[in-house]
Amino acid sequence: MTLDPLQLCLLFSSALFCVGLVGALARSSTILVLLGVELMLNAANINFIAFWRYGPPTAPATGVMFVIFSIAVAAAEAAVGLALIIAVYRHQKNIRLQEASRLKG
Amino acid sequence: MTAALVLIAVLTLATAAVALALRNLIHSALLLIASWFGLAAFYLWAGAEFVAFAQVLVYVGAVSMVVLFAVLLTRRSRADPVVSPDSLSRAVSAVLTGVAVFGVLAAAILGTRLSPSTVAAPTATVRTIGTQLMGTHAAALLIVGMLLTVALLGAVVLAAQDPAETNQDAP
Amino acid sequence: MTSADAFLERLPLVARDLVTSWLPEPWRWLVNSLISIAVILSVFGLLFAYVTLAERKILGRIQNRPGPNRTPIPFINLRFFGLAQPFADGIKALTKEDLVPRGADHRLHFLAPVVLLAFSILTFAVLPYGRHLVPVELNAGVLYFFAAGAATELAVFMAGWASRNKYSLLAAMRALAQLISYELPLLLAWVPVVLVAGSLSTTEIVAAQAGWKFNLIPHWHVFTPWGAAGFLIFMVAALAESNRSPFDLPEAESELIAGHLTEYSGFKYALFFMAEYFGMIALSGMAITLFLGGWHAPSPYLEFIPSYVWFGAKLVVLLLGFIWIRATFPRLRMDQLTRFAWKFLVPLALINLANAAFWSLSFPWAGPLQLLRWLISALVVVGPFVLLGRKLSVGVAPRVYRYAT
Repeated sequence: MTLDPLQLCLLFSSALFCVGLVGALARSSTILVLLGVELMLNAANINFIAFWRYGPPTAPATGVMFVIFSIAVAAAEAAVGLALIIAVYRHQKNIRLQEASRLKG
Repeated sequence: MTAALVLIAVLTLATAAVALALRNLIHSALLLIASWFGLAAFYLWAGAEFVAFAQVLVYVGAVSMVVLFAVLLTRRSRADPVVSPDSLSRAVSAVLTGVAVFGVLAAAILGTRLSPSTVAAPTATVRTIGTQLMGTHAAALLIVGMLLTVALLGAVVLAAQDPAETNQDAP
Repeated sequence: MTSADAFLERLPLVARDLVTSWLPEPWRWLVNSLISIAVILSVFGLLFAYVTLAERKILGRIQNRPGPNRTPIPFINLRFFGLAQPFADGIKALTKEDLVPRGADHRLHFLAPVVLLAFSILTFAVLPYGRHLVPVELNAGVLYFFAAGAATELAVFMAGWASRNKYSLLAAMRALAQLISYELPLLLAWVPVVLVAGSLSTTEIVAAQAGWKFNLIPHWHVFTPWGAAGFLIFMVAALAESNRSPFDLPEAESELIAGHLTEYSGFKYALFFMAEYFGMIALSGMAITLFLGGWHAPSPYLEFIPSYVWFGAKLVVLLLGFIWIRATFPRLRMDQLTRFAWKFLVPLALINLANAAFWSLSFPWAGPLQLLRWLISALVVVGPFVLLGRKLSVGVAPRVYRYAT
């Protein structure tokens, strides 16, 4: 059985999603967790592009639009996430997730 | 065509996986940046030129800088920012979860009869993207603009030190 | 015969076809690409060599000393103004010992100069060097250029981090802050061009600047109020992006030894040097493409000179400007540097974007309205410049000199 390119793209994106998932679950450094989440977002983008390229014809460039907005949102997420990490670090001199258990600063 | 895709996919996945397994945070960040390059290569392969360059510009040019700054600012000592190893049971359960999720997804993908359209690849010139952004998706564009502004302001507020601690140096 | 088909204009293509015409089709394409790559590398490599020589000689002249003038050509012992100097430098760099600190991160230490040089060479791919000389025509060429340029910041960080040296790391942090700060005005400065030309492709942006008003003033973007402002902002940001004086804080020798280059020696150091000059040349080439009419001749009577010569002439003028600036201005302080970017350049670039939008909306204005259009546009450039400059220099300028009595 040969895989058509669409299936290959989808396999690629689900593998990337799982790599991000494992990273986010297994690591305790907040930065790595955030990067794992970023990878999962990127995997979603691959799907958008794959369906835009091989899926049923739609309005021009719909998939591309989705990805552009998704990249913008991911940038905002990264900025806020890393600011949060720095704020957490300032409070407890540590970025391990297990120790960030207090709500009071 | 397909060989290129497989190559890109393998390289991207390998760099991403190694990045998330390494103990040195700087190496992790740099390898992840390599995998973002791999994604840009994938977008180029799929014919989405604009998205590929936007990916490099945003991720490699901006997000990576923020990540590297965060790594440097949150070091515990002047030595390498090496994170202590995580518990084994947690790693094993995480890998099991990941494999299970991948198994479900892969079974769903392989079990579905997808019919990729055989028509010529769609093209997305910069002009189409521009008219789409300013026309059909104008509202979304405005909202994303608002979101980015709010996120940036929020990030500055979160990361800025308390005014009492900062020492104002005169210009 | 129009100038587009003139023999001199087509000469590079004719020469290339002479070499490759006997090859079968897929191979011909490959060899053609390889030839373009080889030509770009050798031309810009030579340009790099002689820009360094010109820089040393001009800096020397400005500081009232001769500069390098003694390197003879081997075997014939002819000095010839020291024209062999760059090659002597190259041989020296090649034969020097390659030192790597014991504590360094060896792989990153090796990769940093490679990555830096690779990405600065990548930027050369989309510049239109002549009417028929565009190595790669991309629909989003300008975006490609700046995406490839953005990756060079990473290499500077890698170099600073991998050296395991406090000066290197400080320099890397400085470089990151500086490059991020100046990325914004750099990007905002060319957005108006894209707005008016209506394209992100470098060839179309050059094509939009064809023609002359009254057969006298070229339609280059720099000869419009928004274009002049954009060009200046672009050049200032380009100076900072290529780590040139007065923005060379990451390698400020008086404070940081040699910054991120402290632990590099021999050929790796030469690669860094090369990448810096390549970055400068590429950004100048982009400024020419965006604002100075690309390969267009400045006057219709000078069109017989082939287009690539015009591109080269403009490039040399801009590079001499870079050298002149280096000899003239003192280095900025870190806080001055970032304040200048965020409080001065970014607002001006944003206002300039609105200005370009007005320019493109008022395109149908004719007759006396044209004068009004120029007046409004010029006011939008000059007004904020004066106001912001006044406001920011309160308490800083004019400088007061106090002498001990």
